[in-house]
Amino acid sequence: MRTSGRNVQPAFGVDGLLDNRRIRIIVCCGSGGVGKTTTAAALGLRAAERGRDAVVLTVDPARRLAQSMGLRALDNTPRRVAGVEGPDGPGTGLHAMMLDMKRTFDEIVEAHADPHRAEQILANPFYQSLSSSFAGTQEYMAMEKLGQLRHSNAWDLIVVDTPPSRSALDFLDAPRRLGRFLDSRFLRLMSAPAKVGGKTYLRVLSAGMGVFTGVLTKVLGAQVLKDIQTFVTALDSIFGGFRERAEATYRLLQAPGTAFVVVAAPERDALREASYFVERLAEERMPLAGLVVNRVHRSKVPQLSAARSLAAAESLEEGGEHALATAALRLHGERMQLADRERRLRERFTSAHPAVPVAEVTAQPEDVHDLGGLRRIGSDMAASGRR
Amino acid sequence: MSSYRDTSLKQVSARDTDWDGVRLHVVTGKGGTGKSTTAAALALALAAGGRRVLLTEVEGRQGIAQLFDCPPLPYEERKVAVAPDGGDVYALAVDPEEALLEYLQMFYNLRQAGRALTKLGVVDFATAIAPGLRDVLLTGKAAEAVRRRTGEVRSYDAVVMDAPPTGRIARFLNVNAEVAGLARVGPIHTHAEQVMKVIRSPETAVHFVTLLEEMPVQETVDGIEELRRLGLPAGGVVINMVRPSRLDKRTLDAAAKGRLDPAELALGLKAAGLEAGLDTSGDTVQALLDELADHATRINLERRERRKLARLGVPSYDLPLLPDGMDLGGLYRLAAQLRAQGAA
Repeated sequence: MRTSGRNVQPAFGVDGLLDNRRIRIIVCCGSGGVGKTTTAAALGLRAAERGRDAVVLTVDPARRLAQSMGLRALDNTPRRVAGVEGPDGPGTGLHAMMLDMKRTFDEIVEAHADPHRAEQILANPFYQSLSSSFAGTQEYMAMEKLGQLRHSNAWDLIVVDTPPSRSALDFLDAPRRLGRFLDSRFLRLMSAPAKVGGKTYLRVLSAGMGVFTGVLTKVLGAQVLKDIQTFVTALDSIFGGFRERAEATYRLLQAPGTAFVVVAAPERDALREASYFVERLAEERMPLAGLVVNRVHRSKVPQLSAARSLAAAESLEEGGEHALATAALRLHGERMQLADRERRLRERFTSAHPAVPVAEVTAQPEDVHDLGGLRRIGSDMAASGRR
Repeated sequence: MSSYRDTSLKQVSARDTDWDGVRLHVVTGKGGTGKSTTAAALALALAAGGRRVLLTEVEGRQGIAQLFDCPPLPYEERKVAVAPDGGDVYALAVDPEEALLEYLQMFYNLRQAGRALTKLGVVDFATAIAPGLRDVLLTGKAAEAVRRRTGEVRSYDAVVMDAPPTGRIARFLNVNAEVAGLARVGPIHTHAEQVMKVIRSPETAVHFVTLLEEMPVQETVDGIEELRRLGLPAGGVVINMVRPSRLDKRTLDAAAKGRLDPAELALGLKAAGLEAGLDTSGDTVQALLDELADHATRINLERRERRKLARLGVPSYDLPLLPDGMDLGGLYRLAAQLRAQGAA
């Protein structure tokens, strides 16, 4: 059954993607609240059960979804998901992990600085704020972890769920923003006086610098400024490392083994974000596999239109009998109205991006709590490609 | 005596809402629940009857402009709508960089130096390294608008903030703790304390927007618990996109258990004259029964979720799903609903 026969939008064959052994990374992205994590988990599970050795990297899963994959804590280690077996039997299957942002950041620091420096950095209040905050760091660390998993070569498919940022685009920009920030003129200025040595880090090196630190002291206070400078100086030794890693991960996303899956719900804002994202991926030459539209409402009686159904309900209501049929027809009419509206919104996307393959997942009356639910979503997604 | 009491009652009932005395309404919600729409509707509702309300957004997405059909907002308070029975809604998209410059100007008369700092990426720095510093600028702007006076008169009767999503709200509002970790003393610390005073006061309420679905309800429950733990003022719960139930209790139970009578439904479909082009006996009847069963599952789930919300012990308000999607007319309808239910 295909709910929309009007256009020739290519169907997104999820199985083709999952079975393609050259694809090593699938990145699921989209705006918040569209079911990204569920999609990532369902893709990972389906891939594993079709014979891939897959790992799902989730960032901030809902509690019950995490439980459905047996995840209990943010422990940064891929865990085998019980109850999943590949076609070749034991030994293959699915792994899943939740990102521990702070731990990942700490590890980078430890890897790039000598023990003394590392200790200094880890204890600094600004480092603690930076490493446990949500603005940008989470995106950066998700990418860092992705790079690590890929580098380890222990899995032949990595499915990544991107952080719940306000905009789908944040996730592409954040690592570079952090990289740029760590390399900014401001930080250079901040760290420069400290290199003079000892307690002279507030020494005025130039007139401009004097005004600059003067203003900062006024606004932030001398102690804060001192903390920042200590932090920046300590971090200085690992700047290069940060920047390099951010660039390497960015290149990894452009590599042929990576595929992006844009996730949306059939709602105006979510589809608009999806549109921006599709355009942005094209600009960055990042390979888009397709769009997954979650929570699509359908009916098994599409030939009974909303208008006809609601009119029939109304005439039955006037008669005052057949309460069951009245309720059924009103319900069906409303469902068809919703389906029509969703279709119009989808068509707005597809007419702007006619070449993007689309898969649809039927709305479920309840949330996913277990592997069975994830399996059903996976097969619905795949079936959509054959409709 | 009685006439005196009558007038006083009338004065109270003219604005007898659940949030009398609240002047800063912070609106949060999980992504996709309609947080921005609800914030806008609440601003309209609060403005009704000749009041001045400021609606602010802090995430740089220009959502207000889209909702009110106007061009992108500059960093400037602009009138975006007229409320029913007079009253004005002003809007402001708070930008951390502009807020910093304003802060420097206001407290230190340092606008020029501020520009230089911006060029050097100081604001980028604040955003990346210490979101607490950025958040104190964003919440600080709302707190300033709450306290601002034009002569003797308050500039705004109420301020509504379209805040970050539920997952980040406690951290966003608890600026004092965030900043205190970085600056134990100093001007920024003092500023944060002042902002915090407004946020913790009975003049502030944090409202949660949710849908009757498991994840948004869970986040609402967690969010309110977290606010309470931090001593921040939890407000009401707005249940958005509510769809009416089409079934009475008996039918609902039967539908959930798959015990509805196909013959009864088939008879009704025939009576409605739906035989033409439809197989009213077999598949169609079964499909419609399936739709009824789906509906029953959803209604039962919604009732469970509603009970969870009721246990929070805060006022709640229902906003209907607008079948034709959101537009300016819909915003006024939602505002009327909020007023009718006592939210404003």
